[in-house]
Amino acid sequence: MSTITTRGLVKEYPGGVRGVDGFDVTIEDGEFFALLGPSGCGKTTLLRSIAGLEAITEGTLHIGDRDVTNAQPGERGVAMVFQDYALFPHMDVADNIAYPLKIRKVPRTQRRQRADEVGAGLALHGLSERRPGQLSGGQQQRVALARAVATQPEVLLLDEPLSNLDARLRLEARTFLKVLQRDLKVTTVFVTHDQAEALALADRIAVMQSGRLQQLGAPHEVFQRPVNTFVASFIGSNPMNLVTTTVTQAGVRLGDGAVRLPETAAGLVAPGDEVVWGARPEYLRWSVERLDDAVEARVEVVENLGASVLLTATVGDHRLQVVVPEEDAPAAGARGWVQANARRSLLFDPRTTELIG
Amino acid sequence: MAPALALIGLFLIFPALWTVYLGMTDYRLTGLAAADPTVVGLENYTSILGDPGFWRSLRLTLVFVLASGVLGQTLLGFSIAWALRRLSGPVKSVVETLVLAAWVVPSSVGAFLWLALLDRRAGTLNALLGTEGTAWLIEHPMAGIVVFNIWVGTAFSMLLFSSALNGVPPSQMESARMAGATAWQQLRDVVLPNIRAHILTNTLLITLWTFNTFTPYLLTAGGPNDESAILPVYIYRTAIPGGQLGMGAAISLIMLLINLVIALASMRVGRERRRRS
Repeated sequence: MSTITTRGLVKEYPGGVRGVDGFDVTIEDGEFFALLGPSGCGKTTLLRSIAGLEAITEGTLHIGDRDVTNAQPGERGVAMVFQDYALFPHMDVADNIAYPLKIRKVPRTQRRQRADEVGAGLALHGLSERRPGQLSGGQQQRVALARAVATQPEVLLLDEPLSNLDARLRLEARTFLKVLQRDLKVTTVFVTHDQAEALALADRIAVMQSGRLQQLGAPHEVFQRPVNTFVASFIGSNPMNLVTTTVTQAGVRLGDGAVRLPETAAGLVAPGDEVVWGARPEYLRWSVERLDDAVEARVEVVENLGASVLLTATVGDHRLQVVVPEEDAPAAGARGWVQANARRSLLFDPRTTELIG
Repeated sequence: MAPALALIGLFLIFPALWTVYLGMTDYRLTGLAAADPTVVGLENYTSILGDPGFWRSLRLTLVFVLASGVLGQTLLGFSIAWALRRLSGPVKSVVETLVLAAWVVPSSVGAFLWLALLDRRAGTLNALLGTEGTAWLIEHPMAGIVVFNIWVGTAFSMLLFSSALNGVPPSQMESARMAGATAWQQLRDVVLPNIRAHILTNTLLITLWTFNTFTPYLLTAGGPNDESAILPVYIYRTAIPGGQLGMGAAISLIMLLINLVIALASMRVGRERRRRS
């Protein structure tokens, strides 16, 4: 069993800066788990603390039933793939993959055999004699993965696994990673600053800011019900529209009109309350004709996204972004109506920034 | 180009050729042969190669280069660089300054410091060890100049290896740690392979410098009984106090050839390495 459990985990640097500030999470056996957040949020520090590369200042870390808070990196049953892959340039592919086995004093012929086996499972046929410098980025990444899984670790850690690949290869590698993780059934934690990567790969996501956990949940939960405005604006390819406004009898004031009150917030707010209304551009509807509960808007910018376009429209003093199917795209300067989906919009408290409903 | 070539010709090529010529004469410092040297062909060389003193000096030089240069300076310089890698702040600067001081102190001053340290009657070392009356440079002349030369030259290796160690990717070290590698295994599998080129450069330069250094003469003057007469000292003693300038020139040429062989060999190793990677 290889769950990962942190209790009140703190990593404090000399000078009192806290990279990770009191982190409690239980990562289930076989789970694909993402640590997501902007630069400097502590996600990499947390990953390195699990790896044993950073000493934990306070709190505990368990892998399975073992307390590994103070264990050496090599004694934790943990393998890690670094952002730059960290392949040894002077060893060929097979020796790189088999390096952890060499440390464990496995005889050379057995090592080479195991390296070939693992390499074959990661589409590295015929490359075992090559040096890392002679491989493409994707191949290097697979060699690093092979080295990490060659010893069948209990836990696999990935530091920004896709960030060193070019855009096209990245999607391919993403699918590959997901399939690999599913086949190996190894508890996997990865760090990313790319919310799309986290949504696509992870079973659960921990969104972090300033060393603290903001939200923990499945991708659809984090996407649809962010617990505060930070998570709301961080998740999503197009950031969520967040408008500071007030609740009225008709719903939520937006410009001269109002949109419907979010269903989940019904009964939790009263007319006159100040709120932050949030709705994702994908969940807003654009219409040239007047609709019920819609507000009038003027298109400022039209950005083509391929199959759809992203409109930036002004409603009174507010700016709203709306994703519209390509065939319905209006021109800049056009006027129309924006309607919100009451089941897909949210209200936040403007003082605490937390979700009301 | 032309002025540069003229300077090189004047200060490098001409003296080298002049040495070749001198080496084939019986030129002396004083006497008849000083006024009118005669060409004696390869006679100097045959007598040098037949002289046990020369072979002994060559052997001493070899020991001196291996012990003080290749082993001493390289190992000590690397060890200090490795130890300083994790230190920061005042401790690091103090150690670095001390090591560098040994390098920048003029050799005559350095030699005087060591004479004061090792002196038989009032030496610091004898006072520290309570070995009153031990004449270190007479009893252990080779060990004396080896330690002295390590002291002088370690700073260079330390600086070179410090920057080499900075170039080793931390993620490679951490990868090895994750695999459970001990400090020694990290050194063997990650650090040394990453700094091979630096080790080669360091060894080449240190070998050449140590091979050619004359400073140990200031400590022992080659004595006692030629026991510390490494080649540069041997040449000096042959040519100046001994007065045999032609003979000295001939030995110098032999040294020059050895230097050339060392340099060419290490350049070849370097090329080989680059070709393979």
